[in-house]
Amino acid sequence: MRPVSDDDLHAYADGFLPPDARARVEAHLADSRGDAERIADYRRINEEICGRYAGVLEEPVPDRLLYAAARRRNGRPWLRVAAAVAWLAVGVAVGSGLGWWRWGPGAEGADTTLANLVRPAVMAHAVYVTEVRHPVEVGRDQQDHLVQWLSNRLGSPLRTPDLSRQGFDLVGGRLLPGSDGPAAQFMYQAAGGERVTVYVKARGRDSGETAFRYQSSAAGTTAIFWVDGPFGWVVAGALPRDRLDAIAHAVYEQIGS
Amino acid sequence: MFEDDEIVAQIPHLRRFARALAGDRQEADDLVQDCLERALQKRRLFHTGTNLRAWLFTVMHRIHASHRVRAGRRAKPESLDESVHVVPVRPEQEARLAVSALQRALDLLPPEQKEVVLLVALEQMSYDEVSRVLEIPIGTVMSRLHRGRERLRALLAGGGQARRVP
Repeated sequence: MRPVSDDDLHAYADGFLPPDARARVEAHLADSRGDAERIADYRRINEEICGRYAGVLEEPVPDRLLYAAARRRNGRPWLRVAAAVAWLAVGVAVGSGLGWWRWGPGAEGADTTLANLVRPAVMAHAVYVTEVRHPVEVGRDQQDHLVQWLSNRLGSPLRTPDLSRQGFDLVGGRLLPGSDGPAAQFMYQAAGGERVTVYVKARGRDSGETAFRYQSSAAGTTAIFWVDGPFGWVVAGALPRDRLDAIAHAVYEQIGS
Repeated sequence: MFEDDEIVAQIPHLRRFARALAGDRQEADDLVQDCLERALQKRRLFHTGTNLRAWLFTVMHRIHASHRVRAGRRAKPESLDESVHVVPVRPEQEARLAVSALQRALDLLPPEQKEVVLLVALEQMSYDEVSRVLEIPIGTVMSRLHRGRERLRALLAGGGQARRVP
């Protein structure tokens, strides 16, 4: 039988060995206390490193890095910001009693709303929707606390939309740094694992109320957003448009005062 | 090519690796920012369908390596034993001190070894992946991993021992 090498011991500690090689190392470890201790130490080193830096994954990503990730060559600053969300489709008119309207490229305030509301919401969606272990800061088991806390921070009473009729359960929420103040993100998950986020922030001084608007990114995320009363809202998800529509309507109807 | 939100989704992982590599938060985020900017400049070189995270780690590794060359060899940091023996240890401080002992021990590793140890520990990368990301032969990966881990073992030996007053 081939003797056990240093490489084997590392691969064993890291869980990379196939079963037969693993058995060979285990037979060797039974006779070598020193090597068994090495394995235990290697594993402890891995665990300590992971534990020490696990928190970094949960930290809000600084704006300067989001901007760096969105910057395109030859772009003017506003265009760069708008490009962050890599939009393809703009504005679809649907008459469902909500007064949806077409949003042309020259619409007043369009750039500001994109930059201050939609871009950060879609960025936050992209960052947190893939999180398996820490998708939210406060879970739904503390829903009352979550709503109270986010209401206080956003400066107006807020309600958590209930999307169970659309097949989505609340996972929880988190507070985020918005472009000019705090923002909140609620995350929902369907039985099949699909996730949508509902992003809300206090309405900026320069943005008027709007009806529903759509944006979709080339990567498949669609956002529906509107400004209503004290808040701007963004519903984001990689879902067929009719499902996302239903969710946005549900949010709109429930939060309307 | 890749989409902006695909690259954004990788930022937390880039930051974690950079934080462990640089130790300092500011320095780590500077490294991530350089990496993102370079990645966008070179985005046409990325082949769709291959591993974006691995590609970004390669970009970051190259930048980090070039910074090291530019900065020249830094003075050796003080040794672990000298730096920690003055701290009186209360039980609740144990965990925090152990953490800083880990960071100090990592900082004592040559950067080439540290990168390998961190990629395996934090990203659970296979040795083949590490070899591709760092653009070094697999044999070099294994020898750096071995030397790095043995050095860490020695530095962290026995957990509390490093904190004893000599």
